[in-house]
Amino acid sequence: MIKSELVQRIATHNPHLYQRDIENIVNAILDEIVAAMARGDRVELRGFGAFSVKHRPARTGRNPRTGEHVSVEQKSVPFFKTGKEMRERLNREPGA
Amino acid sequence: MTAAGKTVTRVDLCEAVYQKVGLSRTESAAFVELVLKEITDCLERGETVKLSSFGSFIVRSKGERIGRNPKTGTEVPISPRRVMVFKPSAILKQRINGAGNSGSQD
Repeated sequence: MIKSELVQRIATHNPHLYQRDIENIVNAILDEIVAAMARGDRVELRGFGAFSVKHRPARTGRNPRTGEHVSVEQKSVPFFKTGKEMRERLNREPGA
Repeated sequence: MTAAGKTVTRVDLCEAVYQKVGLSRTESAAFVELVLKEITDCLERGETVKLSSFGSFIVRSKGERIGRNPKTGTEVPISPRRVMVFKPSAILKQRINGAGNSGSQD
């Protein structure tokens, strides 16, 4: 499923709203998660999962092709941990 | 974990929808739930969810493997299972490292 399909599915449940509005809703949610992570905050959605930011210190890496040393600057990476209910739902017997 | 940052929850997402879209708070809350539900349902069916400029949620099937109880050292079989991974988009990674990256003060 891609974003436009997600919008489409939500729109079928909400015929009173324009597709445009649904798009804005989905974007508002995603933008808020991104903004929180950009601030270094954690986003915890019970039953779904939690987004956090992990800091990676600077290190010396190697170009795997040439074996050359290259310095890698410190960076922050987004991290997602699956929530408990989500984990359970992924492993439920189909049709149970 | 004792990160100085605050924790954003559903309440904050509802507030963002309320501020930006102009629905009632009750409706905004219902939409936040609906969006999460649609994504979850999709993943439960084993389908990948790709949200452009945000990232992708991918379901992976893991085969059985032998693990160890780290406390006792006894070998235990880990049953086959499905796990979900989040692959952040390049844009998201940039935003997190981008301008306005105040960093953690430690």
